[in-house]
Amino acid sequence: MIDIVKSASTPPPGHVRSLMPDAEAKKKLRRNRRIKDRISRWGISIAGFGVVFSLAMIFVYLFSVVFPIFRGATVDPQNEYIVPVTGSVTDRLLLERYEQLGIQHSADGLVTYFEAGSGQIREQFDVGIPAGVQQSSFGAGEVINNTVVRGLSDGTAIVSRHVYDYSFPGNQRHIDPGLEYPFGEDPLLVDDAGRPLTLVTVESSSRGGTYLVAVTDDGRMLLNSVSTRSNMFTGETSVELSRHQLPAIDGTPVKLMLEKSLRRLFIIDDTGHVHYMDVENPQNARLVQSVDVGRGQEITAAEFLVGTESLVFGKSNGDLSQWFLVRDENEQRALTHIRDFRSHGASITDIAPEHIRKGFLAVDEDGQLGIHYGTSSRTLFLRQVSDVPLKNVAVSQINRKLMFQDINNRVVVADLWNAHPQLSFRALWNRVWYENRAEPEYIWQSTSGSDEFESKFSLVPLTVGTLKAAFYAMLFAIPLAIAGAIYTAYFMTPKLRGIVKPSIEIMEALPTVILGFLAGLWLAPFAENHLPAIFSIFLVMPVFMLGFAWLWSRLPSDFRNRVPDGWEAAMLVPVILLFGYGAISLSPFIEIWFFDGSMRQWFTNIGITYDQRNALVVGIAMGFAVIPTIFSIAEDAVFTVPKHLTQGSMALGSTKWQTVVGVVLPTASPGIFSAVMMGFGRAVGETMIVLMATGNSPVVNFNIFEGMRTLSANIAVELPETAVGSSHFRVLFLAALVLLTLTFVVNTIAEIVRQRLRARYSNL
Amino acid sequence: MKAWFKSGSPWIWMNGGAVAICMIMVVGLIGLIAVRGLSHFWPSNVVQIEMTPPGFDSYQVLGEVQRQETVPAAVARDAGTIVPDDVELVTRYLIKQGNRDVTGNDFAWYADVNMDEWTWPDEVMVLERREWGDFYGFPVALVSDEGVAVEAGSELFRPMLEESVARSLALHQQIQRLERREIGRINSGIEELRLEERRLDLQGLTGADREDALARIEQERERLDQEYAVLRDELDGLYAATLRDTLRIRTIDGDVRDISVSMIVRANTPNTMSVFAKGGEYLSRLWSFMSENPREANTEGGIFPAIFGTVTMVFVMAIMVTPFGILAAIYLREYARQGPITRIIRISVYNLAGVPSIVYGVFGLGFFVYVLGSNIDELFFEAALPSPTFGSPGLFWASLTLALLTLPIVIVSTEEGLARIPSTIRQGSLALGATKSETLWKVIVPLATPAMMTGLILAIARAAGEVAPLMLVGVVKLAPSLPIDGTFPYIHLERQIMHLGFHIYDVGFQSPNVEAARPLVYATALVLLMLIVVLNLTAISIRNRLRERYRGESD
Repeated sequence: MIDIVKSASTPPPGHVRSLMPDAEAKKKLRRNRRIKDRISRWGISIAGFGVVFSLAMIFVYLFSVVFPIFRGATVDPQNEYIVPVTGSVTDRLLLERYEQLGIQHSADGLVTYFEAGSGQIREQFDVGIPAGVQQSSFGAGEVINNTVVRGLSDGTAIVSRHVYDYSFPGNQRHIDPGLEYPFGEDPLLVDDAGRPLTLVTVESSSRGGTYLVAVTDDGRMLLNSVSTRSNMFTGETSVELSRHQLPAIDGTPVKLMLEKSLRRLFIIDDTGHVHYMDVENPQNARLVQSVDVGRGQEITAAEFLVGTESLVFGKSNGDLSQWFLVRDENEQRALTHIRDFRSHGASITDIAPEHIRKGFLAVDEDGQLGIHYGTSSRTLFLRQVSDVPLKNVAVSQINRKLMFQDINNRVVVADLWNAHPQLSFRALWNRVWYENRAEPEYIWQSTSGSDEFESKFSLVPLTVGTLKAAFYAMLFAIPLAIAGAIYTAYFMTPKLRGIVKPSIEIMEALPTVILGFLAGLWLAPFAENHLPAIFSIFLVMPVFMLGFAWLWSRLPSDFRNRVPDGWEAAMLVPVILLFGYGAISLSPFIEIWFFDGSMRQWFTNIGITYDQRNALVVGIAMGFAVIPTIFSIAEDAVFTVPKHLTQGSMALGSTKWQTVVGVVLPTASPGIFSAVMMGFGRAVGETMIVLMATGNSPVVNFNIFEGMRTLSANIAVELPETAVGSSHFRVLFLAALVLLTLTFVVNTIAEIVRQRLRARYSNL
Repeated sequence: MKAWFKSGSPWIWMNGGAVAICMIMVVGLIGLIAVRGLSHFWPSNVVQIEMTPPGFDSYQVLGEVQRQETVPAAVARDAGTIVPDDVELVTRYLIKQGNRDVTGNDFAWYADVNMDEWTWPDEVMVLERREWGDFYGFPVALVSDEGVAVEAGSELFRPMLEESVARSLALHQQIQRLERREIGRINSGIEELRLEERRLDLQGLTGADREDALARIEQERERLDQEYAVLRDELDGLYAATLRDTLRIRTIDGDVRDISVSMIVRANTPNTMSVFAKGGEYLSRLWSFMSENPREANTEGGIFPAIFGTVTMVFVMAIMVTPFGILAAIYLREYARQGPITRIIRISVYNLAGVPSIVYGVFGLGFFVYVLGSNIDELFFEAALPSPTFGSPGLFWASLTLALLTLPIVIVSTEEGLARIPSTIRQGSLALGATKSETLWKVIVPLATPAMMTGLILAIARAAGEVAPLMLVGVVKLAPSLPIDGTFPYIHLERQIMHLGFHIYDVGFQSPNVEAARPLVYATALVLLMLIVVLNLTAISIRNRLRERYRGESD
């Protein structure tokens, strides 16, 4: 400041040597100042811009995490070669877990392990079909069991299983493939009559026991229960089969599908019908249901999705549909059509279910490859990948590579990106028919102990929970906050106002974790034990206050005049305290007189679910948290209503209350609206109170006596435990993005309304 | 009546009632926390009650009355109390009877219908123990390891016991110092050596250099191992010394138990203590609550690490948020061209203050921890991989997340302060020939400092009370070490911390023994509340004074 003054003043004349800087120094000084000014300008601009940018980053980053959810799958072909065994039909093509090896099962009894990258044979096994006998059929259990069965022309069958030996020499994974015979290397005699087996399938239950089902060329359907018994002395294992003939079906079977629990068998015939047979008790196997799945079309491919709950059928016209057993009210199961996938438009030739998710791949006669997903009904990829019809398709366990084979025995191995097929707009927001459910539902159940678990990512229960919590909070907060704001701004004496306003500001600053803990540990049990008191406070308290006010108005005026206007609130404090105390001490008696001793029990008896930590508690606690937000803004809006308006109204003879209703409220209403919006925004995003004061169960209802799970609490509970980058992780980010967008929009509307209001006041 | 309604006065009263209810709620809530939180430390009298449930043998109950409630008989019957048919209301008492290792339930409800006489025996003793919570009983004798016993009736008993407890406390302090400081130092030394060895591999050092380095590391390691062995011996000696004395004590059921004095933190006979003695005990308990580490899965002991963690985190946050918030505000108000875009930016920044805090937590976890953190690890802490240094939640990320969360508060407050400065002052400075930056830094900013202070204090208050985002980015229920300690580099930004707010959530909702933890939760809540109320009152008073000042200046 000093040097500015110096340089601005002119040197007094007559001095020999001026104390003022000479021209050179002045120039230097000016330059320095200019540089400083520029540095300051740029520094501040960069910092300011950086801050704004980094705040915008929040949006960008959240969106970038969420974005892959809605991407389809990509297939990127890498290698192309001819399958190792070309002399005979390829029955099955598989990819090993680490995507290094491919497996080809061919009809000549060879199991060939080859390098997935080049098609070179790594190892080849012969299952040992006896001389003079041909393979007449081929079947496989669920793909993760690695078990296949070959039916032979002499009524026998060979069951084999591929196994891998992993070793890590020099920190490099080395896979040593092998072949195992769970029931011995000798063919098992399936048909006593020794007829060729035209269809065969095998499945093992996790509880032990294996069924081998076959159809002979003379149309008999046989179920073999296979068990192994090891001899205690010799250590040898002997295999025992007990054979049962199953009831016949109409039509010629073309495929057998055995469920993993070994209770149900599905037989597909050549007319497009599926026959559902109960084989829990093989002696009394009975045909339960025959369904026309094909509707005039032939079923050309059928597979179980992982878990063997759902069946996927591919038809000759390219239609794909998912079916599973649905239990009706009489506990009867019926095979039910669940959903269709986008049609390929050409006969489906092979379906490969994913190993750990409810998705599948399908190939067709037109050379198209389709990637579909059950739960979300999504078709993630459907494109022509070959000029000739395709025959076989396989996908690896980790869903990173796929492989398909055409009729010319050409194999293409492709990289696959298909990380989040179970998520789609529909799966997130619509009812979805999940396995084992009687009807489509909204469910949030992200994880479970089982690998075959179908993730249920419906955001509806969480959104409903969020709105429910916010609704009850607003129900509690709006009347108190707005009425309080009007009173404080318009009627209250300045002295009292000087106490009330800071108190409300302190209330706003109260950490919500404290409110949540009080709500959960103090209010919830208290409310449960004093339900009549809670209800009477809500319902009777206003009447009681009115009664007091009326009595006050009846008092002699010289007594009344001792208390000036604007002190009503202070006078009501003891009244409210008295009423509250009375209500709480009377509460047990009300329970005894009217509710057989316990109101909570009474609710349960009349069929209302009552959770201790419920929406009532959340409503009060969160209402408490949003009251100050609404109060401050609404109070500000009412208080800043120009005085000449109210004074004009009073001058025209209206009462104070008429002025409030007729002039103040209409003028301030946009401000009050924006206050409510701000409060709503806060209630929607509040985490700790909901986390602590509810049971966090994702229910879809508005029962005030039940809890809820909100978007924010769900994030807080589940995000620390998810795998980074998983679908679950991204859904939680989506929830955060939904919250961010919702509150941002609500707040922006409120802010714009408020700014408009301010502009209007200045014009009045 | 009709006229009264028409006058509108009932509605005014109703509005007044709303304010009254709000005020009652605020005051009531703070009062509730204060009363519950503060009363816990008072050594209340221990009552002995004879229970005579009809149809059962009578028995004695010894403990402190925690609270009482009146419930309808039906509710009490549901809870398993035997209530005669003609009784409608039952008053029941929650008795803290301690002795968790003996009876298994340290808190139990007893109904007044089955109660006989209440007595307050003089000799009953309350022991605060390191494990298993409090013990209530009648002392029998103090036995030393040489077999010398001092009977409880003797004159010498109290002084001997006090001396013995004080000695064991001193020994424990010594043990703690050794374990925390010395052994901690050795551990970090050994870890550093391991990392150095890893680094050699990563640098691809070969030949003689490598041999030399390895030999040096080996030598250093041996030295540390030797040091450790010496310390271990010392520690073993200390541990053995703590086991010298044993207190023999009889429970209310007549069992006689031996409790090693090394397990005892405090021993009192509250029924014979004077009010002043109790006051002294109260302050001492309060102090140890504030200054000690938690015990028994956070349900006992103190909250010092949580206070320390909260303060450190807020401090680091303040260091980050202040310059950026203020610069951004100055940019928006002084340098940015005031057009529609700036207006949109301003509204957006204001609105970010209303974005749910959990969203910042999600961003912090996803971007700071997983993206920034793992990149920092790869660049600077390669040797420690795969165990993450900054790639896992920690103090720095928690602070940074909170800084982002509170940035809008600082910006809004600073901008308000800048806007309130009368333009005459600004123009005056410019008219005197000052450049824009000189005007800004020498005139405007000093005038706006109080506003910036207000913003900062409000930001700190908000940050101190925020819990939801911290659960994701670095706060844990029990941190093994404080974020600031004596080992290089003294401030460990990557460490996980404890936090008062999270402590409340964790102890209140995740602890196995809610009843025992409840008073501590109230006390913790009170500490947090006081912190925040004080901060906010400071901010409010600064702001009010400011308003007055500018009103005077601009007029």
